[in-house]
Amino acid sequence: MVDIVKAFPGVKALDRVSLNVDGGTVHALMGENGAGKSTLMKCLFGVYKKDGGSIFLNGREVAFKNSKDALENGVAMVHQELNQALKLSVMDNMWLGRFPKVAKFIPFTSERKMYRQTKQIFDELGLKIDPNLKMSRLSVSQRQMVEIAKAVSYNSKVIVFDEPTSSLNDREAETLFRIIEMLKAKGCGIIYISHKMEEILRISDFVTVMRDGMHVATRPAGELTMDEIIKLMVGRELTQRYPPKADSAGETLLSVSGLSSVYNQLQDVSFDIKRGEVVGVAGLDGSGRTELLENLFGLSLRKSGSIILNGKMIRNRNPREAIKNGFALLTEERRATGIFGILNIRENTVISSLKRHSLAGVFRKNQARKSTDDCIKSLRVKTPTQETKIRTLSGGNQQKVILGRWLLTEPEVLLLDEPTRGIDVGAKYEIYQLIINLAKSGKAVVMVSSEMPELLGVCNRILVMSGGRLAGEVNADSTTQEEIMTLATKYV
Amino acid sequence: MGESRTSGGGLFSRFAEFKHLSGNDKRRAVSDLIFNNAMFIIIAIAIVFIAIRVPEFLSLSSIINIVSLTAARLPIALGVAGAIVLSGTDISAGRVVGLTACIAASLLQMTDYPKKMFPDLPVLPLIVVLLAVLAVGAVIGLINGFFVAKFKLHPFIVTLSTQLIVFGAVLMYLMIGNNNGQTLSGLDPSYTDFVRGTLFRVGGVAVPRYVLYSAVLTVIMWFIWNKTTFGKNMFAVGSNEEAANVSGVNVFKTIVLVFMLAGVMYAVTGFIEGGRIASCSANTGLNYEGDAIAACVIGGVSFVGGTGKISGIVTGVFLLQLIFVGLNFLSVSANMLYIIKGLIILTACAIDMRKYLARK
Repeated sequence: MVDIVKAFPGVKALDRVSLNVDGGTVHALMGENGAGKSTLMKCLFGVYKKDGGSIFLNGREVAFKNSKDALENGVAMVHQELNQALKLSVMDNMWLGRFPKVAKFIPFTSERKMYRQTKQIFDELGLKIDPNLKMSRLSVSQRQMVEIAKAVSYNSKVIVFDEPTSSLNDREAETLFRIIEMLKAKGCGIIYISHKMEEILRISDFVTVMRDGMHVATRPAGELTMDEIIKLMVGRELTQRYPPKADSAGETLLSVSGLSSVYNQLQDVSFDIKRGEVVGVAGLDGSGRTELLENLFGLSLRKSGSIILNGKMIRNRNPREAIKNGFALLTEERRATGIFGILNIRENTVISSLKRHSLAGVFRKNQARKSTDDCIKSLRVKTPTQETKIRTLSGGNQQKVILGRWLLTEPEVLLLDEPTRGIDVGAKYEIYQLIINLAKSGKAVVMVSSEMPELLGVCNRILVMSGGRLAGEVNADSTTQEEIMTLATKYV
Repeated sequence: MGESRTSGGGLFSRFAEFKHLSGNDKRRAVSDLIFNNAMFIIIAIAIVFIAIRVPEFLSLSSIINIVSLTAARLPIALGVAGAIVLSGTDISAGRVVGLTACIAASLLQMTDYPKKMFPDLPVLPLIVVLLAVLAVGAVIGLINGFFVAKFKLHPFIVTLSTQLIVFGAVLMYLMIGNNNGQTLSGLDPSYTDFVRGTLFRVGGVAVPRYVLYSAVLTVIMWFIWNKTTFGKNMFAVGSNEEAANVSGVNVFKTIVLVFMLAGVMYAVTGFIEGGRIASCSANTGLNYEGDAIAACVIGGVSFVGGTGKISGIVTGVFLLQLIFVGLNFLSVSANMLYIIKGLIILTACAIDMRKYLARK
């Protein structure tokens, strides 16, 4: 891949990135969340249309229309999240979309051929999986192996692995590494995306590091150490400006201890937060950051742990109870769990504080209109009217409306999950300012973010999550991105 | 809430905007306008066509007939509309109308009617019977709502089940006492007068009382939808259930209440229908839900969820009855009528969906 460029409105996601993978080698691709790794891969597979640059396969320029096109040309991807038809059998999944026929012109699929060919590939790879089993009865690692076998069955020359070990245990990971060695020996070029330094250094031949949509370095893996990789990944100047931090921490407002979830990986998290403090939560994708906020807010079932607010034990069993206790949660997926797209701004603003805007169950429109006006003014939402449908606003303005919704509930503890995701730089500053002002007015803010400079620029303290556990806590003013990155990979 | 306001001002500013568009955009804007209002255009053409062929179609008595039919079918549509706003549906509606009509009729037969279901039953006060059938409707709605909200079942499945259960209940109910599965008739005049007695006359044509009841219910529903926190919550849940939950809306309670309210509206329809047709059988209310859902969709209550207006529902019911009566005037066969109904629903849904599809 040479000089790949991809721009989204307002952001240059890829800026002339080149990646060279030789047959028979494993090439690791590394970078923080949002560095552009997956965008680069999506350009390769035709999910995104690249704005510039070219892709060569075996010296021939290619431009795949979609992943099927890529697959048929020998470029395959094993996804982090497996997309398989769980109700079908293993071999059905292998041959989906190209079932072998009994004979040419006879439109019946041949189960016998399917079985034989599947078995042959499995034997080649040393997999002990019955091709007739239903996909849903396989473990995650076995399902991944099937996906790899599928790639092999297409005679793939290049195979991309996107964080393949994130859901595997050590023994399963060993099997994966063995298969990767085998593929390498067969002459396949492997692109390996992962956050885990140890396995990268162990299995890869070359390492390419990306940052902010740019190619930073490509080095032979043997010449690199873990520290060097981290430095390459995060070593950047703070390009954005941040408002002065909140510095008026008061008494302890919220004290959480031993928080664990029943249905997700969150395990034994404890922390305190004072009035007037902004506490950041850092961690890689899937480290349990979002789960922590959801658990506090009563969105996921709590296994154990206690929450003490203002010296009083509270339970927050569901969002309604949490809101009553003075909590607010700005969710990560604005579209899915934040906005009511087809409703207007006023309706979106007052939905969490209907009690305040009604009398005996009767809605008081004038009061709601006034509150919404206040929100629009104080948060500087850019909109023609209150009756404008929220989905027509930009991401930043939608986010401000949702923040306004929460401010109307007069919360004491604000839980913000990626508050600046998908927001342009100018609006980001305004959101930072808002967060800091809220803290200064005596509220406590917990803020999850994937962008480390943002955490360093806005927060007083940063909690670092790793593998569902709290890996450590750092002072935002004296820590380094390297320290956070090291903590973030502690339990992965 | 749920008012489909377009951003910016009224018709004038929209026209001004239109004038600034380029040729291609103009053409698209016009075709969009035609497509989005295609249902109304088709119906308007149909009305003109029918009126030319059969001028009596637009006579006073015919129009009052259409208004009365609209009033009779309005409450059930107002009920179903709530379920549709939640991006669900309720196909048990017609059967609940049947059950409640039969119960009301059986409790309000004349004391000297020879085939009276409960021979020893005195003439009950109307209000007692009304409350009884409202309770029956509310309980069925509660069951529907509970299964939808608690087990996250699709309302179609839940109400398909209750539809069958309620139908079985009607059949069993009609076997009680002396009735032996017969049609319930011989209703007490106090009941039939209350329902179809003359409200007032227009040019010598009587307007039945239930038109008034229907109007009152429409006002009440408009208030509930637009002026109560429950109404706001309903639209929020219909628009985005997950976001509603995070925002502190009691999603469970909202869903259950919407279905209970719907059940009550079916019961009112049943009570009116019992007195109106004055002979109830197991077939009373059959397929009413189809008409009600069609009327909602024509009136802009979208299956996408979270949108709809009471005025739209009234318009939808009215237009549908207009078409049915008109086709009767043209002596279109009853069999053909089903086909036309089906086509109307299909067209209305397709046009509606067109508004919400992302333009690519």
